[in-house]
Amino acid sequence: MMEVCGSSNVTLREFGSEQSLLSRPDGSASFIQGDTSVLAAAYGPAEVKVSKEIYDRATLEVLIQPKVGLPGVRERAQEQCVRETCEASLLLSLHPRSSLTLILQLIHDDGSLLSCFLNAACVALMDAGLPMSRLFCGVTCAIDADGQIITDPTAAQEKESRALMTFAIDATERRVMMSSTRGSFSVHELQQCIAVSQKASEKIFQFYRDSVRRRYSKTL
Amino acid sequence: MFSGLKDKVGEVLLPGDEFSLETEDTISLTERVKPEKVVCGPGLRRSGDRLLVCKSGVLRHKQPNMFWMDSQQRRYVPAKGETIIGIVTVKSGDVFKVDFGGSEQASLSYLAFEGATKRNRPNVQVGDLVFSQFVVANRDMEPELVCVDSSGRANGMGVFGGGGLLFTVSLGLARRLLSPHSEVLSDLQTLFPCELVVGMNGRLWVRSSSVQQTLVIANLLQSCDTMTAPQRQELFRRAAQGAL
Repeated sequence: MMEVCGSSNVTLREFGSEQSLLSRPDGSASFIQGDTSVLAAAYGPAEVKVSKEIYDRATLEVLIQPKVGLPGVRERAQEQCVRETCEASLLLSLHPRSSLTLILQLIHDDGSLLSCFLNAACVALMDAGLPMSRLFCGVTCAIDADGQIITDPTAAQEKESRALMTFAIDATERRVMMSSTRGSFSVHELQQCIAVSQKASEKIFQFYRDSVRRRYSKTL
Repeated sequence: MFSGLKDKVGEVLLPGDEFSLETEDTISLTERVKPEKVVCGPGLRRSGDRLLVCKSGVLRHKQPNMFWMDSQQRRYVPAKGETIIGIVTVKSGDVFKVDFGGSEQASLSYLAFEGATKRNRPNVQVGDLVFSQFVVANRDMEPELVCVDSSGRANGMGVFGGGGLLFTVSLGLARRLLSPHSEVLSDLQTLFPCELVVGMNGRLWVRSSSVQQTLVIANLLQSCDTMTAPQRQELFRRAAQGAL
């Protein structure tokens, strides 16, 4: 875990989530960060087409649906980021020759979209009861024109930033599982952003724990 | 590890939580040190010398050393010995293919019924409901079902289902209905008399004396899944009075 220099309080927008809100999928979740809102549905382990089956592990498919129109190249790139993170954290070898499907529907985009997709995906996979070796969360950082690091930027802040980075952080050792960046930044700035994201991920993991605890509190 | 696990019984745990083998600081010189054995149930996995939680849920314990995660799930994963309700989809030669809601269809041999021989074939058609148990159910092989127990008797298994209604509920509710001294079942018995078949794959089949009563019971069971005990008893009371 790297040291954070400068101000040590990390501000995230208000976030909230709801589990099991859809009746048809095996697991579903909605995740809201500020005004950005995403709905996730997880299905599995289910039947898989013979052309797509893998003999020793499950086949994970991630589909991202934009608010209007058909999925395009941007959605395919985001799907790849989410899929790689999920494949690293799910225990796929427990369900060979099966398919796991994750569908992410964008409700509203106000910045930090990829990290919102990652958070919704993690909560939906947990809700579906799919076996996972670790939890993950997504944090977005933007570097504005003055060199300040902004966590969880809004769409307006993203537009004016000179660099935008999204990291997927794992829960057990706070390591970076996936990173997606655009813009220009120095190595030192990258390390600072990673440190800031690791600090911000603690709040999100505590939130996961609280929301699951609340969900099971009725049966306890 | 045993004491660490016992402390957390009844708590909500998340995937990724670990229990490591802790050696005692003081080892007694006079007593023999017994190696502690922990039996891991669903939701717990061993990775090296640690115990890893892989599903979110409540940690449960049964004497003397069994631990498992009690989680809410809708999708069924087959396990050996569990009885399920399946639908026959294909009848090909000597084997039926049965859909039970899992990732692939299970096979059911025509000889796996009570009193079935090569000359005396069982009367099973495509679309029939069968109550059977898994005899082979692991991740690497195709699941196999039988409708007889180990001594060759049917024991309640086989083809059933004229005039009833098949519907799905969550796996947790099916397990609660099958547990000994089930509260949900005793509440249900205060309502109309009915026949109920519970499959551990979350499928229930109900038949009552009239279609309306059958539908009422099916709707009640589907909705009492997420209710607390007082809410459920209130709902059943209203149904018994005829308000629903």
